[in-house]
Amino acid sequence: MYKLILKRILKNMLAVAGLIFIFGIFFFAVFAPYIAPYDPYKIDVYHVLEPPSKEHIFGTDELGRDVLSRIIYGARVSLKVGFLAMGIAILTGTLFGTIAGYYGGVIDTIIMRFVDVMLAFPTLFLILAVVAVLEPNIYIIMVVIGLTGWMDVARLVRAEVLSLKEREFVLAAKAIGAGSGRIIFKHIFPNAIYPVIVAATFAVGGAILIESGLSFLGLGIQPPEPSWGGILSIGKDYITVAWWMSLFPGAAIFLTVLSFNLFGEALRDALDPKKWAED
Amino acid sequence: MLTYLIKRFFLMIPILLGITLICFIVINLAPGSPASFQEELSPKASPEAMEALKKLYGLDKPIHERYLNWLKMVVTLNLGKSFVDGRNVKEKIKERLPITVTLNLLSLLLILIIAIPIGVYSALKPGSLFDRALTVFVFTGFSVPTFWIALLAMIFFGVNLGWLPISGIQSIGAETLPLHERILDWMKHLILPVTIMSFAGLAGMSRYTRSSMLEVLRQDYIRTARAKGLPERVIITRHALRNAMLPVVTLLGLAIPGLIGGSVIFESIFSIPGMGQLFYSSAMARDYPTIMGILIIGAILTLIGNLLADIAYFIVDPRIRVKKDV
Repeated sequence: MYKLILKRILKNMLAVAGLIFIFGIFFFAVFAPYIAPYDPYKIDVYHVLEPPSKEHIFGTDELGRDVLSRIIYGARVSLKVGFLAMGIAILTGTLFGTIAGYYGGVIDTIIMRFVDVMLAFPTLFLILAVVAVLEPNIYIIMVVIGLTGWMDVARLVRAEVLSLKEREFVLAAKAIGAGSGRIIFKHIFPNAIYPVIVAATFAVGGAILIESGLSFLGLGIQPPEPSWGGILSIGKDYITVAWWMSLFPGAAIFLTVLSFNLFGEALRDALDPKKWAED
Repeated sequence: MLTYLIKRFFLMIPILLGITLICFIVINLAPGSPASFQEELSPKASPEAMEALKKLYGLDKPIHERYLNWLKMVVTLNLGKSFVDGRNVKEKIKERLPITVTLNLLSLLLILIIAIPIGVYSALKPGSLFDRALTVFVFTGFSVPTFWIALLAMIFFGVNLGWLPISGIQSIGAETLPLHERILDWMKHLILPVTIMSFAGLAGMSRYTRSSMLEVLRQDYIRTARAKGLPERVIITRHALRNAMLPVVTLLGLAIPGLIGGSVIFESIFSIPGMGQLFYSSAMARDYPTIMGILIIGAILTLIGNLLADIAYFIVDPRIRVKKDV
């Protein structure tokens, strides 16, 4: 089964390219101090706003800092926010979805109404409001992105749990006296996990996009800490004289998010039994 | 229809209450009280203004009472006064709302015009080169940071080619132009923001149309239609598309919060004086009354959008109509 899924993913060239890119970004993020050619914070007043050259492949910014080094370090912020926000969203969504689906009744109604309330907010408005009220820092941003992104997961998990809890193997487990916890963790979760994994892959890309948008607006990661959105935010002020400050960090965000999304899409196809028949 | 509408309307009340509750929680997340923050922000604030603020938030009362008092004000659409210029928040939002709503409706329209044909064509030939190229195209829109594309487009079309204006919604002195030239001027200003907003929203709608269409094409009635020799065009447009469009209508309602939220980014990049730009400047200035006002109005807009989508669903799907009326 796992072999089959893997085979189906590997057949999709775009997904493989995405996966390789994701590994590459991870590698850059983890080994940033060894890979980055310059110190991302080092100001060099003699080399301000220099176009790409042999010394500075992606040019330098308004303070003479090496743009490539700042992008390599920026990968740390993006991946950290992407994965932790995803983790928070998936855990919250799975928790609420499972409780709503398994217990049903009033609990289900209350949770799903709460989901409706959360879905009514324009996400970026809600995030910006919280970030404006509290001081923006990387942890608040992660938590806020996570806590505004769990609703789809909750709906998904609830639907899975609803259909699984009526199935024979769950009834059988109940009949031999298994408790709720055992049924949920041993029998329902393993069968509901695939759509959640797909949602998680998309959630990483989504969170990276939101973080870069916040940083672009100046309400995300605060300078001088390098983040992709932050570099772009400064780059926009110099765009007529220094296109490299806008082009490269934007491309980094785009390719990373695209990689996660293409991989997620391939995963969804690979896990869809309806499509197995087509092979 | 009427009973359904009334029922649907009453279902919105608990959600509206939930929305106000969350807004209230967000204000109260602030370290210190909003009034003390205001003092910090402008130390010159007069004692009367401080008193008025404390009264506005009822800071001397317990939290549940404060919420109820605040709720009373919100229900009467009294959203308080802005910290920045002392103007009524309701008035400030009112003058900016039409621009944001127009922009969002235009991009929603453009999304539908492009996304549905893309979805249908990809579903007709799944796995073809065409399908795959379109998939990559919509995934690009889905993955690209919109502010980056907006920036690049501004430079390319606005600065390098000089074809399109890059900021605002009308040229300076446009008021003096004759009507048709004003409309033309207005359209020129909207091309970039609307196109880029739509590009970002294409993926959801077109992928959904595609999968919905694929699902419908598997149905027996499509086989029946083919078996009785109907031309393919009729099968697609009359039998398949109509049924495939039903779930897409629901998605339309769900797409609204994303679009409205995105207006913060677009309006600040393109200097469009809409609600998103107001929200951004209020967030930067920590102007709580305005932030909360826009948050609530944004959520209400979403609810209205969902309601309209539900009504549309009700109109296009005869099955629901029959079930609900009985």
